[in-house]
Amino acid sequence: MTAEVMSGVILGQAEHSQLAGAVVSGLSLGTIYALLAMGFVIIFKATQVVNFAHGALATVGAFITAGVAVELNFPGRFLDVHPLFGWSISVMTALVLSALMGIILERIFLRPMVGEDLFSVAIVTLGMNVILMTIVTDYIGPDPRSMADPWGDAVADLGFVIIAHTEIAQFIVAVALVLLVAAFFRSRTGIAMRATAFDQEAARAQGIKVGAIFAIAWAIGAVLATVGGIFGSVYPRRVGVYSDTALLVFRAFPAIILGGLDSVVGAVIGGLSVGVAEALAGSYLNHPWFGTGFSGIVPYLLMVGVLFIRPYGIFGTEEIRRV
Amino acid sequence: MPTVTKKVALAFFLVLAALAPIASSIPFYPDFLGHNDWMKLLSHVSIFGIGALGINLLTGVAGQVSLGHAFFMGLGAYVAVVFGAPPGDLWGLGLPMWIWLPLAGIIPAIVGLLVGPAAVRVRGLYLAFATLGLVFIGEWAWRNLKFVTGGAFSGRKFPKFQWRVWKEEEPVVDFASDGEWLGFEITEEAKIYLLMLGFLVVATVVAKNLQRTRTGRAFQAIRDRDIAAEVMGVDEFRYKLTAFGISSAFAGVAGALFASFVGRQIPETWDLFLSVEFIAIILIGGAGTVSGALMGTAFVIILPRLVQDFTEWLSGVIESGEGTLATVADVVVAISADDGGLINTIPGVGPGLSVFQLNQVLFGLLIILFMIFEPLGLYGIWVRVRNYWKGWPFTY
Repeated sequence: MTAEVMSGVILGQAEHSQLAGAVVSGLSLGTIYALLAMGFVIIFKATQVVNFAHGALATVGAFITAGVAVELNFPGRFLDVHPLFGWSISVMTALVLSALMGIILERIFLRPMVGEDLFSVAIVTLGMNVILMTIVTDYIGPDPRSMADPWGDAVADLGFVIIAHTEIAQFIVAVALVLLVAAFFRSRTGIAMRATAFDQEAARAQGIKVGAIFAIAWAIGAVLATVGGIFGSVYPRRVGVYSDTALLVFRAFPAIILGGLDSVVGAVIGGLSVGVAEALAGSYLNHPWFGTGFSGIVPYLLMVGVLFIRPYGIFGTEEIRRV
Repeated sequence: MPTVTKKVALAFFLVLAALAPIASSIPFYPDFLGHNDWMKLLSHVSIFGIGALGINLLTGVAGQVSLGHAFFMGLGAYVAVVFGAPPGDLWGLGLPMWIWLPLAGIIPAIVGLLVGPAAVRVRGLYLAFATLGLVFIGEWAWRNLKFVTGGAFSGRKFPKFQWRVWKEEEPVVDFASDGEWLGFEITEEAKIYLLMLGFLVVATVVAKNLQRTRTGRAFQAIRDRDIAAEVMGVDEFRYKLTAFGISSAFAGVAGALFASFVGRQIPETWDLFLSVEFIAIILIGGAGTVSGALMGTAFVIILPRLVQDFTEWLSGVIESGEGTLATVADVVVAISADDGGLINTIPGVGPGLSVFQLNQVLFGLLIILFMIFEPLGLYGIWVRVRNYWKGWPFTY
């Protein structure tokens, strides 16, 4: 648990409500899970790929952001602007690069696998995960790379709860992205994507460029993963992007399963509830009996419990089995 | 049923494998196989082979994708250490190997049967995710059960390979020290290799025969189409549970052997990467086939060693002198801090991947390439080679 700090627990003083602190930090964790889960589900629905490399996408995306914002110092080296504006441009640049990465990965490794069964394709993404994580870990080096975000460790005191500026920014960005995705699914391309998700061949017969839809889905997935990775690598959680940023995605898997593999709405709700459950457990279940790091496995316990009751998640569609 | 040729070839191969420890005294036998580091590598292959046979039964034969293999390996290892390690600060009963090794299979099998009902309800990819959760929950448990596992990042010592009747001082057969067998001076590593090879042979016979029984056929029927299997009268619940139990038993034994073979294990050993490694082994080898599982294990375990030897040889070429090869190698391999190159032989200095990281990348790449170009794995390649020679000089 390097530098992983639950803001509510560390900062929570006597006059601040422990419950509110846990819920707020849980929601902020949950929005990260929701972003990661949403990208995962979009890729899964549109391209029938279970993307085990999503953690690598988040880590590489966050690393690219760190590279653009710190090493390249773009646009700071050319322009002298307000840090928030400058950083936003850095992030936008990084998001474009991440989207390109997603498209290229899909084109090279997953296009040849179109039509293969789900499991074989999932294994290809496992291989992708190993490759990307090894290379990015080598580039990151021994120390976490800072995101150089303009908020740093500033916090706002709302009276009943203390909240980091990064968390406020994260809520705004997450809500905006969810609305954007919702709007996208109502656009012409979005409808084409939904048609592709429903039946690839039928969509193709209708004149939809299925390949382009795949590329767009991977671009969206990579962008959402990168945003999740960035907010998972800033102040209240970590000091910078490191190889364990990918673990964040492994904890988002329960959120995906909770909502059902093929439900975007489920991914958001699942993400938020998993985040809150994890933060509540971290805040209240600290009896020695639970040992260290119990909050980290709460998502998995939740997932196993839900699967036991509903084997296809809460919002997932039940698979129709035919002989 | 195997043909006569197959039987003879198998027997010949087995004799060769058994003679590896005295390689240097046999003419025309590759000498290096008898060296201690290769003995260790081959023991590693044998142990992982047992684990691969287990995951092959569950994932390859019965079609139930499980990422939880590492959990059951860890469980087996810790059962072994509780029963086999001498009493001390940490739990240990100091019982002999003939007790702790079977228990390392039996108890994971029971646990497998206990979590099985939940796993049987969950289908396909959801099962992969559920078992992935099992690995993380297990890791938390191992880190916190300090009196069993020794705690995070410190771990504990595992029982040695010593065959005792009960708790007597002098073991009847001691695999953990050098000695003389049948007139040959034989090292500790070679003894352990022979023991592991024996276990692997037993496990292979069990796995191979199991596939030909009613149970094995039922597994395959469930894999190919579960509803059709049910319609034909295969009890899906029962056989899925059986598959989980047997696979966990193999995993437990492999975990116990692996932990004892390495000597000291930390709880972090039993992580998701280990599970992924086993999935990769059976996919590279060829899912659903015993020979594929074994070929895959040998390939995945030995390849890193070959890559390491190759890079060392390349660095040697660079240092020794000029020539085309040295120039090419110099571009690829970095041997000093200011030397550019894709592969870096000095740890922690400059850009470039270390040999370990290069192996990781190759591992990932191999998984992808096999899935794209040869989904049947090494077994598929072998079948094509075999058919070519069978039909020679005809190509069909």
